[in-house]
Amino acid sequence: MNDHTHDSSHATAHGWRRWLYATNHKDIGTLYLCFAAAMFFTGGLMALGIRLELFQPGLQYWHPEFYNQLVTLHGVIMVFGAIMPAFTGLANWMLPLMLGAPDMAFARMNNWSFWLLPPAAALLLISLVVPGGAAAAGWTFYPPLSIQGGMGMDLAIFAIHLLGISSIMGSINIVVTVLNMRAPGMTLLKMPLFAWTSLITAYLLIAVAPVLAGAVTMLLTDRHFGTHFFKAAGGGDPVLFQHIFWFFGHPEVYIMALPAFGIVSQIIPTFARKPLFGYVSMVYATCAIGILSFLVWGHHMFAVGMPAVTQLFFMFMTMLIAVPTGVKVFNWIATMWQGSMSFETPMLFAVGFVCLFTVGGFSGLVLSVAPVDTQMQDTYYVVAHFHYVLVAGALFSLFGAVYYWLPKWSGNNYCEPLGKLHFWWSMIAFNITFFPMHFLGLAGMPRRIPDYALQFTHFNQLATVGALLFGLAQILFIYNVVQCIRARYGPADERPWDGAHTLEWDVPTPAPHHTWESPPDIALVRKGLRAQALEHGHE
Amino acid sequence: MQQIMRGLPILAVPAANAAIWDFQPAVTPIARDISELHVWLMIVILSVAAIVFGALFYAILRHRRSLGHEARPFHENTTVEIAWTLIPAIILAVMAWPAARVVLAQKDNRGAELTIKVTGMQWQWQYDYLDHGFGFKSRLATERAQIENYSPGTPPRKSSTYLLEVNEPLVVPVNTKVRILTTSQDVIHSWGVPAFAVKQDAIPGYIRDTWFRAEQTGTYRGQCVELCGRDHAFMPVVVKVVSKDEFRSWASARQARQQAEAGNPDRNWTREELLARGERVYAENCATCHQPHGEGLGPFPALHGSKIVNGPIEAHLAIVLKGRNAMPAWTSLSEVDIAAVISFERNALGNSRGDLLQPAVVKAARQQEGK
Repeated sequence: MNDHTHDSSHATAHGWRRWLYATNHKDIGTLYLCFAAAMFFTGGLMALGIRLELFQPGLQYWHPEFYNQLVTLHGVIMVFGAIMPAFTGLANWMLPLMLGAPDMAFARMNNWSFWLLPPAAALLLISLVVPGGAAAAGWTFYPPLSIQGGMGMDLAIFAIHLLGISSIMGSINIVVTVLNMRAPGMTLLKMPLFAWTSLITAYLLIAVAPVLAGAVTMLLTDRHFGTHFFKAAGGGDPVLFQHIFWFFGHPEVYIMALPAFGIVSQIIPTFARKPLFGYVSMVYATCAIGILSFLVWGHHMFAVGMPAVTQLFFMFMTMLIAVPTGVKVFNWIATMWQGSMSFETPMLFAVGFVCLFTVGGFSGLVLSVAPVDTQMQDTYYVVAHFHYVLVAGALFSLFGAVYYWLPKWSGNNYCEPLGKLHFWWSMIAFNITFFPMHFLGLAGMPRRIPDYALQFTHFNQLATVGALLFGLAQILFIYNVVQCIRARYGPADERPWDGAHTLEWDVPTPAPHHTWESPPDIALVRKGLRAQALEHGHE
Repeated sequence: MQQIMRGLPILAVPAANAAIWDFQPAVTPIARDISELHVWLMIVILSVAAIVFGALFYAILRHRRSLGHEARPFHENTTVEIAWTLIPAIILAVMAWPAARVVLAQKDNRGAELTIKVTGMQWQWQYDYLDHGFGFKSRLATERAQIENYSPGTPPRKSSTYLLEVNEPLVVPVNTKVRILTTSQDVIHSWGVPAFAVKQDAIPGYIRDTWFRAEQTGTYRGQCVELCGRDHAFMPVVVKVVSKDEFRSWASARQARQQAEAGNPDRNWTREELLARGERVYAENCATCHQPHGEGLGPFPALHGSKIVNGPIEAHLAIVLKGRNAMPAWTSLSEVDIAAVISFERNALGNSRGDLLQPAVVKAARQQEGK
């Protein structure tokens, strides 16, 4: 359908120039995904460092200062370096293909938004070796602790500025692409759900990334320029920071969850060979979660001390989020119900996502109940909860996405048995690592401590063993992806999944450098929409 | 391997009553309510999970292509969709009701019989018995050799209350509503005792409160639960609940000890004695709010250049004795301490008023006040 020979007429740069000057959405998407993978392994090594120290009581390997730096950098790197860039990378790769657009709306801004990331990562990594070490106040950077830190804290602040600017530009690109560049016949309520969740996510980021930038800038001026935004000594308010941070931080949680919902909503109908059960209600649920995410930040602060009425407000709003989230889970199950399911690796990860994200949702519901949260706040229960939604949620969906689209990206098959092994190994190791943390939290083990009382020993040992196994499993993933790109498992079909009906499967395999240079034919668009039950009628 | 196995906890056993995988046994009514609430939540959640995972796994096992199952491409059903929106909402409302009742009970801090101010500092707790006029610092008692196992060789056996033991615990009477006021003099800490279901951040510039009524005597252990820097893992909270009689005798003995340490108010103190003692008293009691160099903190006025500190000494003394706004009446300080700290404030922190206050004057003022 596309003119292949047209490709070569563009003077595409080669070698390092191709990547440094990249304006092509596929190249930039690839850059984002590779960067995210590198950060995932960096943050993962830090996690193993944390688990190593926690294998037994007493301080064995790290001094507490360094342990706190590991905890902080692990959080910052995984959130801002791994999960968020990975989703932006997927959006870059997939949105133009799925929407029938030739590229992202702002190709040069796209380049800039990616190339801000490596310097930000460099600042974070360099901060480990500056005097005083890296930021050690946790990824939440609560003052006055964060005001005490050395220059590592400043480097982290600048890194967050860069990452925030990058996110805002990436988000603007996504919003404009989705709103303006859809194929004829593809109205908003007919576009793939991944496009919807990317759109809502982008809006959330545009709304809250500047808030975070403001918060860390105030921190910076408090540290160096004599302001007292958060210093009680000068009439400032340490609690104000927490309000600002979590006004960013809670939508941020959904920034990392909504794209995962979108991916799973693409994968499950494909492998159930059925249209998504309730497309419109999924869209509404996504919007509802987006709006509610701005009204629940106080649940991160129940132990700060707030009036009963405020506490009740945040408790009720938080519980309310369970409704649209439940709608999503029910929809996925109804989509699988009476399907003709097969369980290739992407589907395994999608089903694994549904199972474990639901567990994370349940623990979230327990945490939303303010009195119970009195016992759980700042304990390992919270650590268990957010790893269920971020690792088994966001990360599993990303694995699913990579296996799902890799044949289209690379033109080659990945190794299916190895993919399945990666899934099962990850699934089991993940639960060995994080399920015991619920019990540690119930028994009262605080988070962010390098040493603990003796009764917490056995579950910590279990978690450390699990973490090591989980880390090893990811080597299988990288091996599989690299071997796939090197064509070790043979070429992929044009349509590797018979149940997939979105537009990205209508481009050649591997996806050529330029696709949809002329918009897809309306008949082609309609055919796909009918297969997804988004449009009715006959040819 | 030896490195990894070194000091494995087989060598040390945690205290018998330590919770391992569930809440610590509740010893306050609120903790009991929260435990019940949690059980009730788990029943609802496990029921919902049984339905959700039941349907999910039924579909996974039966509706698969490998069994020859053909897809039935149904989609959208308004009734079903309304049902699975409304039913969870109703379940949530039912769960919210008992939760709200516990929130209101937790926040009801009226009728406290004993008030204790807890000040977090890196990395120990200051406990001030505001009703009894004494206070002390409580810090980790576990020896460093047990904690720091960096060098090869067998470390000393860890005690059964490893990291959960202090030099001097907070002592409170049983069956008494104890109100805890928290604040901090540096970064944010959080004071918590799981057996009481109490957890309250200690924030510089703020005084927050929480309360508990312990119904069983015994020793209860918790930890700082807000990351507060290097030794965050090493600032435990230990509360000893004793009978009311035992508390009364402990409190008067503790008070007497503090008075014994207080010094003789009837003799004449030299300038050097007063300023040296005043500096210590200031650092331990005043610097939290007025700051180490008297620069003040938010609502707490600066002492550097203050009109009161540089004004008539009687007015200065009156404020320290009686308190004003957020400042308590300093009944917890001895006459000597008050004389020393006032003398210090007037001759340090950038002030050079030059005059001294003798403990005897403070004693006389207190007697006058008592009449």
